[in-house]
Amino acid sequence: MLRKKEKQIVSDFEHRKADPAGPSEISEAYDLGEAETFGKLMLRMFRENKLSAVSLLVILLMILCTILAPVLTPYGETDMDLLNRLQPPSGDHWLGTDEGGRDVLTRLLYGSRVSLMVGIVPTLLSMVLGALLGVMAGYFGKWTDTVIMRLADIVLAFPSMLLAMVIMYTLGGGLFNVFLTLTLMNWGSVARIARSETLRLKKSEFVEAARSIGVSKWKIIFRHILPNCLPTLIVLFTLNVPAAILTESSLSFLGLGIQPPGASWGLMVNMGRQFLYNAPWLSFVPSAAIMVAVLSFNFLGDGLRDVLDPRLRKQ
Amino acid sequence: MKRIVQALLVLLLVSLMLFVMLRIVPGNPVAVLMGEHANQATIDRLTAELGLDQPIHVQFFRYLSGAVRGDFGTSYSLGKPVSELMGTAFVNTLLLSLAAALFAWITGGLCGLLAAIRKNSIPDRLFMGFSLLGISMPVFMVAMILQYVFAYWLHWVPISGTADWRSFILPAVALGWNSAGSIARLVRSALLDTLEEDYIDTARAKGLGKSGVLFRHALRNTMLPTVTMMALQLSALLSGAVITETVFSINGIGRLAVQAITARDIPLLQGTVLFSTAIVIFGNLVADFLYTVLDPRTRKEA
Amino acid sequence: MEEALIQEKVLNKENLSQEKTLVIENLCAGFPARRGEVRVLDHVSLSVPKGKITGLVGESGCGKSMTARAVMNLIRHPGRVTGGRILLEGRDLLSMRKKERRMLQGREIAMIFQDPMSSLNPVMKVGKQVDEAVLVHEHVTHAEAKRRTLEMLEAAGVPDPERRYHSYPHQLSGGLRQRIMIAMAMVCRPKLLIADEPTTALDVTVEAQILDLMKEMSAKGTAVLLISHNLGAIARVCDDVSVMYAGKIVEQADICTLFDRPRHPYTRGLLSAVSSLRDGSEVLSVIPGHVPNLARLPAGCSFSPRCSCRGKECMEKTPEMREISPGHRIRCLWEEPGKKPGEKELETEGLAAE
Repeated sequence: MLRKKEKQIVSDFEHRKADPAGPSEISEAYDLGEAETFGKLMLRMFRENKLSAVSLLVILLMILCTILAPVLTPYGETDMDLLNRLQPPSGDHWLGTDEGGRDVLTRLLYGSRVSLMVGIVPTLLSMVLGALLGVMAGYFGKWTDTVIMRLADIVLAFPSMLLAMVIMYTLGGGLFNVFLTLTLMNWGSVARIARSETLRLKKSEFVEAARSIGVSKWKIIFRHILPNCLPTLIVLFTLNVPAAILTESSLSFLGLGIQPPGASWGLMVNMGRQFLYNAPWLSFVPSAAIMVAVLSFNFLGDGLRDVLDPRLRKQ
Repeated sequence: MKRIVQALLVLLLVSLMLFVMLRIVPGNPVAVLMGEHANQATIDRLTAELGLDQPIHVQFFRYLSGAVRGDFGTSYSLGKPVSELMGTAFVNTLLLSLAAALFAWITGGLCGLLAAIRKNSIPDRLFMGFSLLGISMPVFMVAMILQYVFAYWLHWVPISGTADWRSFILPAVALGWNSAGSIARLVRSALLDTLEEDYIDTARAKGLGKSGVLFRHALRNTMLPTVTMMALQLSALLSGAVITETVFSINGIGRLAVQAITARDIPLLQGTVLFSTAIVIFGNLVADFLYTVLDPRTRKEA
Repeated sequence: MEEALIQEKVLNKENLSQEKTLVIENLCAGFPARRGEVRVLDHVSLSVPKGKITGLVGESGCGKSMTARAVMNLIRHPGRVTGGRILLEGRDLLSMRKKERRMLQGREIAMIFQDPMSSLNPVMKVGKQVDEAVLVHEHVTHAEAKRRTLEMLEAAGVPDPERRYHSYPHQLSGGLRQRIMIAMAMVCRPKLLIADEPTTALDVTVEAQILDLMKEMSAKGTAVLLISHNLGAIARVCDDVSVMYAGKIVEQADICTLFDRPRHPYTRGLLSAVSSLRDGSEVLSVIPGHVPNLARLPAGCSFSPRCSCRGKECMEKTPEMREISPGHRIRCLWEEPGKKPGEKELETEGLAAE
């Protein structure tokens, strides 16, 4: 979790941008913008930050690949061809073959299913869990707050890899347990952030207004507080996904995550490690894939942050 | 003071949770260790010897009282006391972490500094590009590329192990790569922010030149968040660089933990994880404390 | 450029009669924006005589701070000076080499800023910050610098200077901080002090003390340029005043003339707004409209949209500065401003300074 805290500090700093034009006198010379709808916001982001636009495209492309994997490759996921082991990239096998004669490109495509889904789904789940718990802690306070935050503290105190390893040990290996592990690991930081946002929003006028006309607590939470946490949470999501992808690949790399014959990028890297010196592509290709995925989500998150956060601050 | 108490409480809860989690795994670890052919009597005897037949809260209490005295039990798979194993392992981890931290802070700091000074120019974009690579490349990727290029191909350094100081170079770089990226970005942002502040104007109005402004005013303020992050990074590094140690076969805490898991060695796993978590908790405290020391605004008035 | 020639003639005449520490001639500054260059300062000319306090008045955004920053070389990128001269005792600051100019700063010209809390380095002891002002310019020992600092702190009215020397900014009150800023500025005995809204962040009583302190310093020979949007402060200490609007000077006069016989409709608007408070009149006199967007200035006179006595000409022709009596200049097209042809003069009471 310390890596995440680091990222938080860095992102916080980067986005407190001072007025680019200089002294306040000059800033008055500029137009005041109109209020922007979500659609306009997205368009502006893509216009200003070409990198996030490209990243979004890359992500969508990758997701497309995972869905269309069977169509995109003539080989099956686990088709072995022992006569053709460890072949370098060629016309038949665009990315070569691995130690079992399996086509690397195929494994990459099928592996993307695991690696990407493991990045996205558990992060989403931990977002939901963390947001709910965090908002509850912030809104209801007292015992709920103490209990939930202590739990979050415990989860956050563990070094992330070790926590993942311990949970995997307890639950056993396999895909489902990886999902569960990642979900359980990440809800803590989400909860912390959701809680501080809630505390801030609790004092705002529209919440007071809603309370004064007798709106029930849960309705306030769902109608007012959660929607206002949304921009921060969306950005957090795009920044947590790469962390999840990295964790899964690290776990699989250590042999504690996805087990063979399944495919995941991390696992491919691990298995390719033995052949690092005669068949380096076996490890480097999936590593590169991981890096591209991580970069894309990071850029997307940065772009979203640029566009969503300044608005938040003004409010 | 209150924070120290809180931290200790968290540590206690952590050890409890760890304890419980490791024991709810079905199956008797002794049986697993002994294999299929052991007879029941031996299993039962060993179980009693290791105290594993006691109710769980008793076990926990015994563990705690041992831990406080420095006794973390004996490793199932390696036979030696856990504390001894951790001791030797920690030395390696410490050396590795310090090397990685130095690399990260010096390279990262310089990159961030130079990038901020020449904002929006080519060096800036280059350095920031590097830092981006730093934080997005998975550790094993960096580690393996380094191994391949510098050890295997160029033969400049040994591939793995802890033979001499040279074998620490690659792992230090691999481990520090990520932190360097973070530091670079932070320093750049913080410095740019600081340079926008009013007191920089005052300094320039006094007649200070660029370097005077930078070194005497801007940097001091930039160091505040930077040092906090450095403290956090160091504790992250110390708490076990699992992957780096595995790739480079360095006998450190992280690798020990992995071995423990593979061997289902509960005391060892418990010891290593608890130790690492304690370091993290302690690191957070230090980071908080450092901030108070460095920023006079946060000190309570006498 | 007619304007430039007139300016020069007039200024030269004045230069002969009195020693001017600071002379700003036709200063232009702006920054490039999407729609072309935005002019923040448009041919600003003013002067500060030795030993006198000159005021620069105007609303927020009119360019007064920018003027100060231009003199001090503190304009932030992408803003920049695009024309004119800034003469410090005859030497043009804008054509100097960077190093030479930097040497002057802190030593011959000094500036104090609006918010002393953010203008002092929060992690450095204040004593050290004042010391720095000495050490940058003169090769003396630290002990000597500290002695001068303490001397200056006392002169600036800081009680118990020894103790305050070791304080951090956040430990001091606003008034004290501003005194420290003043000490820091004055420790090298500069010829010119620029004070940008020095009292805006302070209480009224403290404000009075700080202003009196400035008067003391000008009596000792320092020229002071006091920038403020607070007419009361200006009235209290200034010897002459320039009024700015939308990046241009619209009226210049000595203090009594300005408050007694203001000519430019903008100045009259400002003054009547203040006096209507004092009189207890029922309706607060207001200048209608709001400050224009500098990127989209109206054609003709910048003030015309809000001017109560504008004519057709005002919206087509841009007025130049002209002298209506010795030392009194305005930027307005009407022969007798304040009065449309055929109308009675606008109400102006004796708005004498306190």
